[in-house]
Amino acid sequence: MADIRPSASIEAVESGLAAQGYIASRQIATAVYLAQQIEKPILVEGPAGVGKTELAKAIAAWRGMKMIRLQCYEGLDEAKALYEWKYAKQLLYTQILKDKLGEVLGGAPTLEAALNQLHDFGDVFFSKEFVEPRPLLQALEQPAGCVLLIDEIDKSDAEFESLLLEILSDFQVTIPELGTVVAVAPPTVILTSNSERDLGDALKRRCLHLHIGFPEQKLEERIVESRVPGISQTLRKQMVSFIHEVRTLDLKKLPSVSETIDWARVLVLLQAPELGHEMVKDTLNVLLKYEADIEATMPQVSTFIAKASRQGVFG
Amino acid sequence: MRENLHRFFRAARGAGVRLSPAESIDAMRAVSKIGFTDRTILRDTFLLTLAKTQDEKKALGDCFDLFFDRPEPQSSAEDGRADEQDAQGSNAGSDSPGETSSGDEQAEGLGQLAQMLLAQDRNQISAAIANAASAASLSDIRYFTQRGIFSGRILDQMGIQRLRDDLDNLAASNPALAERLTNALDDMRGTVRETVSQALMLYGREEAENLRNEILRNAPLSRIEPRQVEQMRHLIRQIARRLRERYSKPRKRQRRGHLDVRRTIRRNAAWGGVPFLTAWKRRHRDKPKIVALCDVSGSVARVSDFFLLLIHSLHEVVDDVRSFAFSGHLIEVSDILESKTPEEAMAEIMSKVGFGSSDYGSSLADFEDEWMSAITPQTTVIVLGDARSNNLDPRADILRRIAERSKRLVWLNPEGRMAWGWGDSEMPRYSTFCTVVRQCATAKQLERAVSDIVASYQ
Repeated sequence: MADIRPSASIEAVESGLAAQGYIASRQIATAVYLAQQIEKPILVEGPAGVGKTELAKAIAAWRGMKMIRLQCYEGLDEAKALYEWKYAKQLLYTQILKDKLGEVLGGAPTLEAALNQLHDFGDVFFSKEFVEPRPLLQALEQPAGCVLLIDEIDKSDAEFESLLLEILSDFQVTIPELGTVVAVAPPTVILTSNSERDLGDALKRRCLHLHIGFPEQKLEERIVESRVPGISQTLRKQMVSFIHEVRTLDLKKLPSVSETIDWARVLVLLQAPELGHEMVKDTLNVLLKYEADIEATMPQVSTFIAKASRQGVFG
Repeated sequence: MRENLHRFFRAARGAGVRLSPAESIDAMRAVSKIGFTDRTILRDTFLLTLAKTQDEKKALGDCFDLFFDRPEPQSSAEDGRADEQDAQGSNAGSDSPGETSSGDEQAEGLGQLAQMLLAQDRNQISAAIANAASAASLSDIRYFTQRGIFSGRILDQMGIQRLRDDLDNLAASNPALAERLTNALDDMRGTVRETVSQALMLYGREEAENLRNEILRNAPLSRIEPRQVEQMRHLIRQIARRLRERYSKPRKRQRRGHLDVRRTIRRNAAWGGVPFLTAWKRRHRDKPKIVALCDVSGSVARVSDFFLLLIHSLHEVVDDVRSFAFSGHLIEVSDILESKTPEEAMAEIMSKVGFGSSDYGSSLADFEDEWMSAITPQTTVIVLGDARSNNLDPRADILRRIAERSKRLVWLNPEGRMAWGWGDSEMPRYSTFCTVVRQCATAKQLERAVSDIVASYQ
């Protein structure tokens, strides 16, 4: 146990992700490190727009692996997620091979002998050739491993969760006609959820559970810095602290990191030197997505700006 | 260290984090990759592998801090120094090196514990306490009444018997040293006591909570004490969570046997209508629709309070709840309950209709006049009340019409069956029209009643 230097490896993860433009908190980096070490999927929960999906992309880019994405929705089933038989191809091949089959079976004197001969061919039409791999099966078949992103798992039906269990715990799928397909290299699996419904215990048990909330001010500033390099330091400080003030209000949809980044881009585009009253009022719709939210924030704008610029002076 | 991890898992279970053996194995594997060097990483690791919700993460984090925060031996360095200074002050004439050396000589005849205490070696003392605690299997502590027993056991393990003998001997030969030893012993007792209380907090919580909840579940809701109200609310929320987990599965079942021709043809259009894939008709089950009429007069008020809290925490399971409160007349309270905290909501409802003498007849008439249309053939109507109408007209005919319009009419009565029909109780007349009538005085009965109502939709 003496040779374990976890903090160094976790820092390596952190800097690796940072190189891809993803500024990870310590907890996120620990989760990624652990997922790699004990080969377990990560279940990421948190409000919309805090970078759950981005995390998977960043990991894939950092490790130089392919990312396979499965977007979940209500009614998603085996045929769309796992594999499907290519019925049309099967049909076409039987048509084309009709004559050949006739030739081969023509020699058989009785029906029974023909049937036996047919058995000898094996399941020609239920072989690997006729399987259309969908994202989950594709992920298992990648020789170099991959990052499998199962996005918004909470949108799928409860039955689909049970389908995932085999993949998540053993990295294998069972196709009745072919047998069990085991992963060539275990993929790194990331599941994301907006907590629209409670996920089953069986699924949760198989995953590391990571909750990404709104980042702290320092971290968010670093995120903006890496995503929008053109922004000046004062403006960055002011806008991030302004957003933190907005998050203390009771809003329908709180602005998250993606809104922060969008807003930073807008401010840079408008060449704002610092946070101004008019500027904020005009661009508030980038930050808030509901009319009611904008109305609730409007009267507070001046106070927030004052607070934010004070922070800029002393911080 | 594995022993320690197992103890931590036990403590985590006590803190309300549900841990399966598989999860603890995962945590062990993770820890073997992480090591124990960095405490914050270790903490993150446990949060990642063991806790599965935000609440659990918080509980586990607190538990972690408590568990790895051992009480420090109390005899702080300052006290020791002060003692020494005192000793020097009193023996100003004699040279101090000689004094200390003579003290050491005397210490040699003493037991191990006495030597340790005199040496004031904090690390050694806390290690000794930890060892004695595990020898006394401190993690088995369950109830606060066991504190004395466990403290005694730990002290025995550490050899307090020998220390007492030493003290007796020293009292005659070297009173100053004896005094120092007595002080040190008191400090150590304090530390042990603290260790035991901490262990109780860690390991005893689960058991104590179970016991308390069991008592609470069977206590009559109308007569619980004000200080228990908050605990009861907590319990009701737990019940709501249990019901949610049980019944929030999607209400869609494939019904094999009836082919959905339209969808089959559409799905197989690609193969010229040859039906490779079949689609079967599905039957959607309705989510429960509930209309609740709650008596908020006098003794029934408290039961109504908890009932409304329970019903309104079942969002995932119940599609649509409309609640009405009445005593003398009836108002709709759904919005109040949705928009406010339970305490505020109840206060507002009470100020509007509460505490009057109940008049079932006119309240039912109010309901029929304004809200009868809320009842559809999918609705379950729940009436919660003691049916004591102060000898006014009960208007059972309205209840009959409600029963005819609705899927089910359930009457929950906080009074015992024996009291129904006595005095001004109109229960026998009302019960004719009810699908189910049940007693509902405790949290347990409340859970049963609501569970049955929701289950009838599955």
